[in-house]
Amino acid sequence: MCTYLTTTERVEGTGLGAKGWFPIAHAVVYFDHPQEAPVEHALCIDFRADGTDPSERVSVELDARSARTLAESILSTLAHEEVRALGVE
Amino acid sequence: MSSDRLEAGTITITSDNGDEIEAYHAYPTDAESHGSVVVIHHMPGYDWSTKEIARRFASRGYGAVVPNLFHRYAPGASSGDAAAAARAAGGVPDAQCLEDVGGAVKFLRAQPGAKGKVGVIGYCSGGRQTYLSACNLDVDAAVVCYGGGVVVTPEQLTPERPVAVIDMTKDLRCPMLGLFGAEDANPSPEHTARMEEELKAHGKTYEFHTYDNAGHAFFWVERPSYREEASREGWQRIWDFYRTYLEG
Repeated sequence: MCTYLTTTERVEGTGLGAKGWFPIAHAVVYFDHPQEAPVEHALCIDFRADGTDPSERVSVELDARSARTLAESILSTLAHEEVRALGVE
Repeated sequence: MSSDRLEAGTITITSDNGDEIEAYHAYPTDAESHGSVVVIHHMPGYDWSTKEIARRFASRGYGAVVPNLFHRYAPGASSGDAAAAARAAGGVPDAQCLEDVGGAVKFLRAQPGAKGKVGVIGYCSGGRQTYLSACNLDVDAAVVCYGGGVVVTPEQLTPERPVAVIDMTKDLRCPMLGLFGAEDANPSPEHTARMEEELKAHGKTYEFHTYDNAGHAFFWVERPSYREEASREGWQRIWDFYRTYLEG
């Protein structure tokens, strides 16, 4: 299956790419053939800069189970009382 | 027909809109005349495995060109970076794809030794773009390899892809070979049945083959989706099809 289903989110942060750290402006999320992971389909995320250099990119390819685990881990971390005590919404 | 000697490398071709885009050209050097094939790369990009397919065609006596449909999004970048840039931009618009494939067809017809007949073949998203090209461009034979997104709902149409390719079937200009996996979800067996229904309704020349124990991308040698039996049989179908319609 090839999918065109792609979600692009505006995000703020930094990523460590091939040339060093760079500001991340977008997270592009899709479920499709990975470039490298040895699975037929993967949940892929491209963290991209706002500039014109296409190599300013951090890419991850996760199998579906790993992607769900990661998403739950992120949400549970953000919901932890020690994090919320810092004023994080 | 097979060739023992070939040349292959990166060139620049002119899209029908006048843009210069990167392409990969492979052709036999020991054939006096040859048919030609445009190879449309898959969604993961203009990559090593697609270039290898072009060389395979050259080794069988065909001139082949792979236009880099992602060139504009990231000139000179790696195939992975370019694929990511193209996806982030919403994907290749159908109109732009037709201009680039049209430029590749003209390039091939102008080559020394070219017989004038040009086929098109594509994989994955390139399979859909092959269907699109065969309905809109002057080509002589089309091979659709698990092209997903030909049959879509109105909600799946986008500014880049505003018309369902299935609805272009009445304009198909050449014979079509379709190669699919029974375990594929897009195109599913229901999707390919819908394509056949439309091709029959418009009296088009086509043949479809769907392989059991195969899903999407069964030709892709380096991936877990590769299926040896489907790939071997599929390649033989391709050689027979192009022998009939490009060498005849």
